[in-house]
Amino acid sequence: MQQIIKGNQVVPDTWEMLAKDASLEQLTNSGDIIVPLAMWLEHAHALKARDGRLGVWLDADEEAESIADDLEHFAVIALNFPVFSDGRSYSNARLLRDRYQYQGELRSIGDVLRDQLFFMHRCGFDAYALREDHDPHAALASLNDFSEVYQAATDQPLPLFRRR
Amino acid sequence: MYIYDEYDQRIVEDRAKQFRDQVRRYLAGEFSEAEFLPLRLQNGLYIQRYAPMLRIAVPYGVLSSERLRKLAHIARHYDKGFAHITTRQNIHFNWPNLEDVPDILEELASVQMHAIQTSGNCIRNTTTDQFAGVAADELIDPRPWCEIVRQWSTFHPEFAFLPRKFKIAINGAEEDRAVIGIHDIGLNAVRNEAGELGFQVLVGGGLGRTPMVGAEIRSFLPWPHLLTYLEAILRVYNRYGRRDNKFKARIKILVKALTPEVFAEKVEAEWQNLKDGSATLTEAELQRVSKYFVSPELESFAGDDAGYLDKRSSDNGFNNWATRNVQAHRAPGYAAVTLSLKQTSIAPGDISAEQLDAAAELADQYSLGEIRSTHYQNLVLPYVRQQDLYELWQKCRELGFATPNIGLLTDIICCPGGDFCSLANAKSIPIAESIQAQFDDLDYLYDIGDMELNISGCMNACGHHHVGHIGILGVDKKGEEFYQVSLGGKSGRDAAIGKILGPSFAAIQMPTVVQKLIDVYVENRTPEERFIDTYERIGMAPFKERVYAADN
Repeated sequence: MQQIIKGNQVVPDTWEMLAKDASLEQLTNSGDIIVPLAMWLEHAHALKARDGRLGVWLDADEEAESIADDLEHFAVIALNFPVFSDGRSYSNARLLRDRYQYQGELRSIGDVLRDQLFFMHRCGFDAYALREDHDPHAALASLNDFSEVYQAATDQPLPLFRRR
Repeated sequence: MYIYDEYDQRIVEDRAKQFRDQVRRYLAGEFSEAEFLPLRLQNGLYIQRYAPMLRIAVPYGVLSSERLRKLAHIARHYDKGFAHITTRQNIHFNWPNLEDVPDILEELASVQMHAIQTSGNCIRNTTTDQFAGVAADELIDPRPWCEIVRQWSTFHPEFAFLPRKFKIAINGAEEDRAVIGIHDIGLNAVRNEAGELGFQVLVGGGLGRTPMVGAEIRSFLPWPHLLTYLEAILRVYNRYGRRDNKFKARIKILVKALTPEVFAEKVEAEWQNLKDGSATLTEAELQRVSKYFVSPELESFAGDDAGYLDKRSSDNGFNNWATRNVQAHRAPGYAAVTLSLKQTSIAPGDISAEQLDAAAELADQYSLGEIRSTHYQNLVLPYVRQQDLYELWQKCRELGFATPNIGLLTDIICCPGGDFCSLANAKSIPIAESIQAQFDDLDYLYDIGDMELNISGCMNACGHHHVGHIGILGVDKKGEEFYQVSLGGKSGRDAAIGKILGPSFAAIQMPTVVQKLIDVYVENRTPEERFIDTYERIGMAPFKERVYAADN
């Protein structure tokens, strides 16, 4: 089982991630699953009827707006980084947290590397599925790379100039 | 000058520490090259032709004698005794060892400097007018605004991985010496009818492969909303800018594809959600930052210094220097002085460790310890008493700073080119040198008058060739270096992109080509015309005809 960082700890991941081309027929009734956005948009009704818990994942080119009205149905929202240098999911994260007040787990998936964790945390992520060849225990330290920040973001709603 | 408090200091120290660990992990083989690349770039570290190149941030070009001495020390101990002023007011070191960079960053942090976001696909150093705070034509001092933007953009968590690099420039004067029209965002200070301060916002300017002058998306943005509005622009760009093709990833391509009107609507819609949020600037913050930029106590003089004027009429060499390298100051009896780093046979913008120390000395002695870097790759002493100018000139001559060519043909903007840069298609420094050598007669140079000649070694246009009256671009033709010439580019308020003259030339032809262009100008000009004016009146044809005439 893959380990992820959640909060400030390394924990086993109990969720099953479904690929973009997964079909509804593959699903079991129980078990916690994170489904691709397209499956949610097409099969919301069936997915809600399952016993297991539900999460959704968005690719970098998919928009937070498309699930803005559905947030109550998700225990996890995962945002994909197809490559770590693709920064779109940072904006999606902030929209989900700041604009749509999403309170559940917000997880980074894909090409997630330790040197991006600090930024991700600031944008509202609280769970990180590091790329498999990276050690999540070592990566924990990077959540504390900086002891002070200038601008307001999800983790710190006041800019430094309102605090200094 | 802005002075760090404990917060600012902690952030640059944390960065130095973070980068030390990143380098350690890289050397231990924990990163692939591709993974380390953006991390080192966001710290200004390139791997170039011969060695790493480290770009150090000089936020909006403001330096002090203390900082210059530190840079001299770094040049001596970690480099080959040289530094280079870039076309975005920053500093390059061309020969540091990767292993030493964490130490260099620590040294820099000790004088409140850093290399944060000097490269990479993030928000870069905010640039401005090198005469900010002393220019006679200034509406507002842009430096506090630059500092506010610097702080906001430093490690902005949402915008660390943009589609492409992002450059902001701010102008607060009548003339636009910051060339805001060629930046991703250009901010121009304006007052509305009620006398309130705000910014005209231009978006989508830039040079490179698709040169463009920015389009206005807002004519007046009240100043408290500056950061929330910037945040809205950046968010729209981060989400919708192209990421599939590096050459189409700058914001200008998005603005053009959507049209400026539609882009503005998208920004406006995003902004409605951010407006009046906590990032809204406060009077208290503006005051806090502005107090670092209050004009220092200057002596009061009734007007121009008589001794200075006398020397100008009696000493022709001094008068030449004063005409070109001394700029008007808003305080009577004072001047701003440009130290020319455009001596023939020295790469434009290069400065030795000894010169850095000497410039620090001059700043202490004549300019209240302050000094500026300019995008023209020179240095500026902003607070010089006119009565000291003659003495200063003599010292400058000894130090190699007195070349009286500011704003003339030999004051060439020039990127490092193929001698250093691994992106370059061609060398640029030797071209600058050969042109400087061709025009080494000072009287002739003065007769030619105001002229901007800019050279880039590749399409990326670090040498701003598109906005040179004469622009020179290095191109690669089947492995050989050639040079394409453009005419009619302009920086400033009426910024314009030059037009290509025709087929490119070999390096050896370049001095002659420029000579012919100048000949056409001299033969056709009216007494009051600059090169650019004559070009605009008579057009490309006579220049083209002369340069490509068959007998050559």
